[in-house]
Amino acid sequence: MAPTKAKTASKPRLAVWKFASCDGCQLSLLDCEDELLAVAGAIEIANFPEASRAVAKGPYDVSLVEGSITTPHDAERIQMVRKQSRYLVTIGACATAGGIQALRNFADVKEFTSIVYATPQYIQTLKKSTPITDHVFVDFELRGCPINKHQLVELVSALLNSRKPNVPTYSACIECKRRGTVCVMVAQGTPCLGPVTQAGCGAICPSYHRGCYGCYGPKESPNTAALSVGWSRLGVRGDDLVRVYRTYNAYADAFRRESEAHEK
Amino acid sequence: MKEIALKAGDTVVVARGDLQALLDALAARDYTLIGPTVRDGAIAYCEIRTVEDLPAGWEDEQDGGTYRLHRRGDGRLFGFTVGPHSWKQFLYPPVLKLWEARRNGHGFTVHRDESPQPRRAFIGVRGCELAAIGVQDQVFLHGKYVDSTYQARREGVFIVAVNCGHVVSTCFCVSMKTGPKVGKGFDIALTEILDADGHRFVAEAGTARGAEVLAAVPHRPADASDRAAAEVVSANAEQAMKRSMDTEGIRDLLYNNAEHPRWEAVANRCMTCANCTMVCPTCFCHTVEDVTDLSGSHAERWRKWDSCFTMEFSYIHGGSVRPSASARYRQWMTHKLASWIDQFGTSGCVGCGRCITWCPVGIDITEEVRAIRETDRAAEEG
Repeated sequence: MAPTKAKTASKPRLAVWKFASCDGCQLSLLDCEDELLAVAGAIEIANFPEASRAVAKGPYDVSLVEGSITTPHDAERIQMVRKQSRYLVTIGACATAGGIQALRNFADVKEFTSIVYATPQYIQTLKKSTPITDHVFVDFELRGCPINKHQLVELVSALLNSRKPNVPTYSACIECKRRGTVCVMVAQGTPCLGPVTQAGCGAICPSYHRGCYGCYGPKESPNTAALSVGWSRLGVRGDDLVRVYRTYNAYADAFRRESEAHEK
Repeated sequence: MKEIALKAGDTVVVARGDLQALLDALAARDYTLIGPTVRDGAIAYCEIRTVEDLPAGWEDEQDGGTYRLHRRGDGRLFGFTVGPHSWKQFLYPPVLKLWEARRNGHGFTVHRDESPQPRRAFIGVRGCELAAIGVQDQVFLHGKYVDSTYQARREGVFIVAVNCGHVVSTCFCVSMKTGPKVGKGFDIALTEILDADGHRFVAEAGTARGAEVLAAVPHRPADASDRAAAEVVSANAEQAMKRSMDTEGIRDLLYNNAEHPRWEAVANRCMTCANCTMVCPTCFCHTVEDVTDLSGSHAERWRKWDSCFTMEFSYIHGGSVRPSASARYRQWMTHKLASWIDQFGTSGCVGCGRCITWCPVGIDITEEVRAIRETDRAAEEG
């Protein structure tokens, strides 16, 4: 899809935008130490406040959007981002699913603000933290909390070379098996979200004998109900099952529905 | 000990204390040894050097969705069955770069790594696994097209097989006629015996090179009682096997029940996570990914294990051909047990039971076949 080839005079212009988030995903771009110079050589980083105060005006060829929509101001700003962007790519669990801050969606946000802030009337916040796709059309999404820098470089390479990014939507189990990791759920009885979670991280946690936490959110056709049956056989039930699905991707559809199914 | 020439078909006895000499003889012939070893709570296949690396005194306990290792209480070196790994990871690597290309003016040059593969000796190949290697040989080597990456790895392999003396609840090799005694294709087959007469291996040379290696290992000829003791090991294993699959007419059974309600029932439990296909020693499906670097001057083509349980696998213009879990489970099982026969002349299942054990929710292929057979629509109509 490259609007302009890497070698032509005008390089594709990239902008990075932040909404409600921790900045970790944008920092993945700066974390591309080995590839950063090549990235900077291939694209014009036109708007990336985390990296440079120099901001060039839009329109932009590609916008990377981090964070969820949590305020009325956010909801307006994302429209502006969309208008200025040829391709809009959401990065990370906040932008793709609402993030950990979407836990508010299961409660009354006014109760939270009344407890947290001395003068809650100054707080302008929406009832729900929502993913970018609830507000504007999204061309592509990179999952994860945080995103994987290799997937980010793959995405940028694919954009520059007019090819489809290799970003699979299948289970984390496939990555585990390809690297020869022994299944922690089967061999250790450790509850693991891998069978319903999208691949992308390289299956890090099971390689350290931990179950998958579901940072990459629901995979394609996730059967969370079947996994919950498996977890309950390992002794995880009720409220614990609710909490399992309510982390970084709590408001992703499949995880939200499964957590609600176990709520008393 | 003076070396006495042996030939294929000869059977000798090697003492437990001399098994290291077998490994040494293979290493001296430039083989990299791959064998079972305890890793992360399971028997994994890794590079080994000495008998000490083998899982002495360990046995496995397996059932649908569960695997545990226990101490056996004896010193057997092969007192377990098959684990999460299989030999296919060495012959058909999970991730493999097929070639790379560099931009060269207006064209490009292709470079393929054709450096020779290490010669590997597989130590402890079970009957079901030897059969699985045979199935993949059929797929990759004996069809119209030969897979050169598989061929390069397969050619040099030396196989030290082991007749199973221990069985777990997920084993059903007897039904699939692949074990517990190993069939054809080994260089040396060992039967481990631990009784009042000591800890020893009855070793059969399957090939001339197997005989040559055995001749270099301290041994004595096997007598009738040794052979009888080895037969008892296999007979006991066969006796202990509880799980079974009725394969009578299975091809037509599955072809005739493509619309059976059981597919929906299993789809309610199936997570389409693809673990069954990853651990299956015969599943060979893969995807090919092309990647480029940022500059666009360097491209690579990679082959990766894929699975009929992913959406992408059957994606053609407009969408996935098998969007439902029931369609994907049916595709897998019907291919494995039925259309494989039409395609390659054998069943794709060797009865190792890995798909049962390593399914996180314990879906049992033998149970699914049984359920369909019990309510065979064609039979009911007939």
